[in-house]
Amino acid sequence: MRLVLFLIGLVLLPAFARAGDPSNAYSAFASGDYDAMAAAVTELAAAADPHAGAVIAALQAGRLYATEDGALLIRGDDGNYTDLLSGKPVAADEDTVKKIRMNNAVRRAVEAAEGGLQLFAADPATRRAAAETLFKSHDTAALSALTRARAKERDPSVAEAMAEAEAAAIVMSPDAPEAAKLHAVAVIRARGDLEASALLASIPSPTPAVAAAAHNGIVAIQRVLQLWDVAESVFYGLSLGSVLLLAAIGLAITFGVMGVINMAHGEMVMIGAYVTFVVQEIIRAHAPGLFGASVVIAVPLAFIVAGAIGIAIERGLIRFLYGRPLETLLATWGLSLVLQQAVRSIFGPTNRDVGTPSWMSGALPLGGLTITLNRLTIILFALAVFAALMALLRYTSLGLKMRAVTQNRAMAAAMGIRTPWIDALTFGLGSGVAGMAGVALSQIDNVSPNLGQGYIIDSFMVVVFGGVGNLWGTALGALLLGIVNKFLEPFAGAVLGKIAVLVLVILFIQRRPRGLFPLKGRAAEA
Amino acid sequence: MMRVSFATLAPPALVLGCAVLLVLGNVVPAASSPFHVPIFAVSLTGKYLAYAILALALDLVWGYVGILSLGHAAFFALGSYAMGMYLMREIGRRGVYGNATLPDFMVFLNWTKLPWYWYGFDHFAFATLMALVVPGLLALVFGFLAFRSRVSGVYLSIITQALTFALLLAFFRNNMGFGGNNGLTDFKDIAGFPLQADSTRNGLLLATALALALAFLLARFVVLSRLGKILIAVRDAESRTRFLGYRPESYKLFVFVLSAVIAGIGGALYVPQVGIINPSEFSPANSIEAVIWVAVGGRGTLTGAIIGAVLVNLGKTYFTSALPDFWLYALGGLFILTTLFLPRGLVRLFEAKPVAALSEVPATKARAA
Amino acid sequence: MMLEIADVDLHYGAAIALRSVSLQATRGEVTCLLGRNGVGKTSLLRAVIGAHPVTRGAIRWEGEDITRLATYDRARRGIAYVPQGRDIFPLLTVAENLETGFAVLARGARRVPDEIFDLFPVLKTMLRRRGGDLSGGQQQQLAIARALITRPRLLVLDEPTEGIQPSVIKDIGRVIRLLRSRGEMAILLVEQYFDFARDLSQSIAVMERGAIVLAGRAEELDHADVRRRLSV
Repeated sequence: MRLVLFLIGLVLLPAFARAGDPSNAYSAFASGDYDAMAAAVTELAAAADPHAGAVIAALQAGRLYATEDGALLIRGDDGNYTDLLSGKPVAADEDTVKKIRMNNAVRRAVEAAEGGLQLFAADPATRRAAAETLFKSHDTAALSALTRARAKERDPSVAEAMAEAEAAAIVMSPDAPEAAKLHAVAVIRARGDLEASALLASIPSPTPAVAAAAHNGIVAIQRVLQLWDVAESVFYGLSLGSVLLLAAIGLAITFGVMGVINMAHGEMVMIGAYVTFVVQEIIRAHAPGLFGASVVIAVPLAFIVAGAIGIAIERGLIRFLYGRPLETLLATWGLSLVLQQAVRSIFGPTNRDVGTPSWMSGALPLGGLTITLNRLTIILFALAVFAALMALLRYTSLGLKMRAVTQNRAMAAAMGIRTPWIDALTFGLGSGVAGMAGVALSQIDNVSPNLGQGYIIDSFMVVVFGGVGNLWGTALGALLLGIVNKFLEPFAGAVLGKIAVLVLVILFIQRRPRGLFPLKGRAAEA
Repeated sequence: MMRVSFATLAPPALVLGCAVLLVLGNVVPAASSPFHVPIFAVSLTGKYLAYAILALALDLVWGYVGILSLGHAAFFALGSYAMGMYLMREIGRRGVYGNATLPDFMVFLNWTKLPWYWYGFDHFAFATLMALVVPGLLALVFGFLAFRSRVSGVYLSIITQALTFALLLAFFRNNMGFGGNNGLTDFKDIAGFPLQADSTRNGLLLATALALALAFLLARFVVLSRLGKILIAVRDAESRTRFLGYRPESYKLFVFVLSAVIAGIGGALYVPQVGIINPSEFSPANSIEAVIWVAVGGRGTLTGAIIGAVLVNLGKTYFTSALPDFWLYALGGLFILTTLFLPRGLVRLFEAKPVAALSEVPATKARAA
Repeated sequence: MMLEIADVDLHYGAAIALRSVSLQATRGEVTCLLGRNGVGKTSLLRAVIGAHPVTRGAIRWEGEDITRLATYDRARRGIAYVPQGRDIFPLLTVAENLETGFAVLARGARRVPDEIFDLFPVLKTMLRRRGGDLSGGQQQQLAIARALITRPRLLVLDEPTEGIQPSVIKDIGRVIRLLRSRGEMAILLVEQYFDFARDLSQSIAVMERGAIVLAGRAEELDHADVRRRLSV
């Protein structure tokens, strides 16, 4: 707005008697004539006079003084005066110098001038911001200043912003020629964002050609924006899916090999998150420089801690309930209550602060999309974990045994595979992976004793949906559920979206009671 | 036909008898007498008995048909909401905002009209009917879809959990029109009887006890009939039963719906005694707790369900006031210890010989030699 | 070395499947168990490999009482099983199916001996094929090969010819004969197909309703009597 006033002032400049001569302009300040001062401010700024900035700053700070013979002085912090034009220090008597004050008109002129000056400011970021503001205000009075500024401009991105602002002014001005307007529409369309689209929609009394061009522009922009929206949903869907994958894959493996649903699985995730917290606390206390590595350290640690607890659970509880999957479900539920309460007693019931290392913070702009680094890292991490598990299953002898037990437990035993040992290792592996998921989750969610409860139902949905035939089912299930959830969100809101996903899975199960990639027969039949 | 045996008549008689004794104990002796039963004990017992109705319903589907429903408290909660809606409307002008038709929370949300699904809830009979019909209908739809596709075992348990979780999320939303996260509360009276009055509370306890007794008799009837035998066949060897010409889906569905209706009744009796219904009643934890009541008492016995519900909740009341931090350990431990050491429940500890039909079928099933 | 089954009873729940069954299998011989469907043959084999517990009696192998031993421990003592229905791991490749046999071998011995492919040449061409995609005959050969990888001293086969085409049956018969002639293992064979069994076996036992009703050396038994008991 100030910019607009400044530019109006610019346009109105000829109305003032004094014109063009900077020295005359300066003398206006000492004159005490406020109108003259206001005009002088405008004139100096328009001429991009080198001292204009100093005068304006001094005026605003109340440090501009005039001597009796009209010389302008600036008072420094130390109480000494410098001559405005020469910059040299001047001895002046307090009594003889007069402080130059502003009235509202002067003040307005000063504010406007400041904005306008910015188009010619030394710092390119300032110039660019001024051009942006002008685009949004699309005031036609800005045209000549913009043209001049653009001619002087050397920085290409600032020049582009100025060109867009110029185009905005042209397109909104009633007497610009049609050719110029068509060109302006093209420039605005090239800008391609929501504001451009809105601008094109609000052109006053356009000619048919201009109206057509503007309409095409709007359609093109909307299409691109929609694509970016879809891309954003896909990204967030992938992000959610990767979190679900991490949380659920351990459960899928355990369920596949042993046919048991571990209701304490969420607590393994929670424990992983708390391991991250503890690691960070120790680092903060003893080796603050290592904070950037805290997450990297926490991952294997969480795997080991959660894995060890998993093996203990299997040996201490699960194996006594062998062949009774429903009782196992109940027993592990009880265990989850105990674990939650234990963590609550040790760490307290409130959220604990887990920080994000700097290399995981921030975002990467990609066209119309903002890719947050923490989510990107988690997606990559989930893929890495998935790949590692696939490799484990496919290429190691343990993996072979696990697959054999999943596909036919009795026959695997008949081949001499020690199924209790495989059970324990599988449970440990599943819990360990859950622990690593907890490290990832600590970066995007609150760390509290209830953390696991938030993901357990989702993990179940992934396992039920994906089937236990192979890990691809889990991966596909997790990513699909994540993406569907994110696509439903804009229409239904987060909560309804979640409910819809639950209902969809329940309905899907009717069609395929064993999930996407089922395994025939097997322990899933209780 | 139902054998009118001791095992059939004793439990309901006992329940009714205890309820009557408690009420008498509240009404007759003076407040200072050591025999006086304080009114809170009456309401507390009423709450326990309402839970026992839920446990009974769960035992029907779990103990006799083998369906481990981890979302059964949803049917209970739906019944509670139905009755709660009636109680809300009964408040009328006595609410904070003094609106005759709209409950307080709707006024707070700036709603001007009663939503259509609240119509009719100013009548007690309608509300009671809804407490039966809504859970039953949900069970019908869900069960039809699930059983027809032969979803079973762990998969079935998981999607029952998803069902109740979805309902939890839904009822938590403020603009669903069921009170949002605050739920429905501040009730004044039921069918004209003020809820705070001792006489009403005594009456509610007796009503709950009666409902429990009747539900027990109904369940016994089903279980001892020919239908009951088919149910056990379905539970123990579904494929074989199917090959014999029966349709397990239909039997499962029937019992599932019946069980949901019974649970709904329990919920309807629960809410006036507790004074509030909020969405956390839908939480999966509640349903899973109900399972432990049945497991502790002894599933597949009906009596066990009642005993388990009362005992565990007694324990909960005691622990949550005396040693609140310890309660979760105790509950968790109960789950673990019961499944490990008491898989057939307390009631069967006193049985003469193990009932073979209820033993877990081993993982390696019999194959024809 | 010998397998000794002594007076074994076996129940499924309350139903009795084996009554006082006693049987022996000797190294270097094929012992054949015959009987109609449902008489308890498979149940007996399952008792031998430990897939189902016995309610009474004892099973001894190489002098050791293995009655209470878990299946995988029995496998590690040289007992290999080729079940009815083959039980090939459907999603594992042929090669991987064979490799499941490595579990009982010492680390240095974990290779598939060429001899396996000499016996079952068809498997060599299908190493990357998934087990579940094989035909019945191919699966049967894979199941036997898989069992042989573990270098068993007792090979237990449950109706290996069931549902197999005649040419493959011949091959299987040849393999069994070869294994027998080497004299290194005892072979316990369950069959319904008497002609196949008669030529292969040295010792025969016939079961009816959970009990052994006829037993003896192959050349001594009355074949007509056996056939009669096998017919429906």
